[in-house]
Amino acid sequence: MNRASKKWFTIFLLPTFIAFCIAFLIPFLMGLYLSFCEFRTVSDAQFVGLQNYIKAFSENREFINSLWFTLRFAIVSVVVINVAAFLLALLLTKGIAGTNLFRTVFFMPNLIGGIVLGYIWQLIINGVLFKYGYSITSNAKFGYWGLIILMAWQMIGYMMVIYIAGIQNIPTSIIEAARVDGAGPFRTLFNITIPSVMPSITICLFLTITNSFKLFDQNLALTAGAPSKQTQMVALDIYNTFYGRVGSEGVGQAKAVVFFILVAVVALLQLYLTRSKEVEN
Amino acid sequence: MSKKITALFLCLLAIISLAGCGGSGGNKADVYFLNFKPESADIYKEIAQKYEEETGVKIKVSTAAANTYEQTLKSEIAKSSAPTIFQINGPIGYESWKDYCLNIENSDFARLLTDDTLAIRGKDGKGIYGVPYVVEGYGIIYNDAIMKKYFALPDRKTKITSTDEIKSFETLKTVVEDMTAKKAELGIKGVFASTSLSSGEDWRWQTHLLNVPLYYEFRDSEDHSDPTIAGLNAKEIAFRYSENFKNIFDLYTDNSITEKGVLGSKSTSDSMAEFALGQVAMVQNGNWAWSQISDVEGNTVKESDIKFLPIYTGIKGEENQGICIGTENYLAINKNADESAQKKSLDFLYWLFSSKTGKDYVTNKLGFVTPFNSFSEAELPGDPLAREVVRYMNDENNVTVPWIFTSFPSDVFKTKVGGDLLEYVQGTKKWDDLTDTVKSSWKSERK
Repeated sequence: MNRASKKWFTIFLLPTFIAFCIAFLIPFLMGLYLSFCEFRTVSDAQFVGLQNYIKAFSENREFINSLWFTLRFAIVSVVVINVAAFLLALLLTKGIAGTNLFRTVFFMPNLIGGIVLGYIWQLIINGVLFKYGYSITSNAKFGYWGLIILMAWQMIGYMMVIYIAGIQNIPTSIIEAARVDGAGPFRTLFNITIPSVMPSITICLFLTITNSFKLFDQNLALTAGAPSKQTQMVALDIYNTFYGRVGSEGVGQAKAVVFFILVAVVALLQLYLTRSKEVEN
Repeated sequence: MSKKITALFLCLLAIISLAGCGGSGGNKADVYFLNFKPESADIYKEIAQKYEEETGVKIKVSTAAANTYEQTLKSEIAKSSAPTIFQINGPIGYESWKDYCLNIENSDFARLLTDDTLAIRGKDGKGIYGVPYVVEGYGIIYNDAIMKKYFALPDRKTKITSTDEIKSFETLKTVVEDMTAKKAELGIKGVFASTSLSSGEDWRWQTHLLNVPLYYEFRDSEDHSDPTIAGLNAKEIAFRYSENFKNIFDLYTDNSITEKGVLGSKSTSDSMAEFALGQVAMVQNGNWAWSQISDVEGNTVKESDIKFLPIYTGIKGEENQGICIGTENYLAINKNADESAQKKSLDFLYWLFSSKTGKDYVTNKLGFVTPFNSFSEAELPGDPLAREVVRYMNDENNVTVPWIFTSFPSDVFKTKVGGDLLEYVQGTKKWDDLTDTVKSSWKSERK
């Protein structure tokens, strides 16, 4: 069996590998090369060295501003989403009546696409703000909190499902043993439940951090950066740089590479930190 | 054994699905037209079919979604089956696509132009690289029924008796403000439709409205007689008529149907709907908006009541000003396509704008006022706004304002101005900040 699977290994891998190359590896390497070029279309490019990277930071403050905005957004939304999802998961593993219905309801928003969600929340938020003579673009704060609410609404259900799976995996014997030893509910939560669901926390943090950083459609649909690009996140800034002006395609590409490195570093760091806290059951 | 068969089967399945991805789009067309106007997408498909029936030449038409033409063109033109006919938006567009534009000076299609100074020429002034195919106009569209109602009021503040007598910003302002005061009697909710400032919907102000004050500035240029060329060569601008820009913008927003705070969430179609439903008397837009007005359900505006008023801003000598007429739609032929495809593309365009069938589509279905000599006076579109454009074009007493915004340095410039206009109505920025933005981003975007 083992020998046979080795023999077939490459053949089975091949289709996926080809697809991976076409859809990811080749575009990625091309993108990396293009970030050092000046180009109009991806097929004719001229090498210009580091110029694009210098321009990305020095031309205007938009990139730095959007990085800062993204960071502020990511921190708050990661905390909000994970805390809320974990609390919901705790509640919905207690065996309350209608648990399945609630799980489904909370998970539903995740099935709707980002653009649609963005427009729905734009309508809701504007509907409230209109009463006071404002709209979501009146102040960058509205857009900021709007994005956090939107993102929380979309992601909490998904993360909740992962946490529920983690909590259900905890052997009842451990919890019973803790109770026999006299641990209260808080003690059980912090000393048994949380350490046991560490793998779920790793996954959830990874997903929320990367998704918060890479957010694009929701941002585009909700505010599109208004007013005056104050609510523009990095992904949207890259897109606008690429298409906003002839000749700055390379600068957009350079921003994208910087952004990729940043997200990769943050995500790997987080993986390393939470992995080290995981315990074997 | 059965496992091996299953494995083989799965392998095959994977390969087929992969091949399936790459295999689509196999039927190669001779001519590939990347269309700019989403509103005419279906009509172009019909035209392509008709042309294939007549000549046997296969035409592929594909249309970019609204506001994404540059993006679509950028990815399409890098493909092996690239568009053979595409569109550029003026001299600035030519600048970015010059490596792809064929010189079509000696083609029958380019010779159709009544006035070949309208075409896009190369840097040295030689050759024709882009041919305009439609002439459009914009101004303040008004509902004459409401205006007549106003001029019938006995207690109105003005002496003039019809909209035709509005010849300056001052008169316009008096009329508009008086109408706002009497809006209950007139049965309207505001004089102007919403000044739509949501993102992507602010082009009527940051491009079209800004065209007027900058046209006057470039017209005064000493180095160049053509204002568009003056604009293209302007490294910096003084924005001398900033106050005039403010005049008209304030008039729009102060007498609007919508509160200033919520303008940031309004779109162009919102304002066209307000106009169509008779809730407002005026809206700034162009003749392309006719379909947006006529298609609104519950439309109360009669065809004969829709007219254009020039955009007055209080600049000296504006009594003779007409509406803004020009084009930002130029057709170009892909230089890198093979020769027979180029020829077939030109033949198709020539057919479209000169044959009987083609012209019928252009005037009656596409509704274009064209700059071509193949169209007679009678062959003009029937919609009221297009007729108004023609009326202004032929009126000797009027000086139409050309579309000098084709010389605006980049989209970034326009977006920045749009952002500042939004912040200005919301009260977070002063007009002086906006003036600075116009000047500084013109300078930084024009390199």
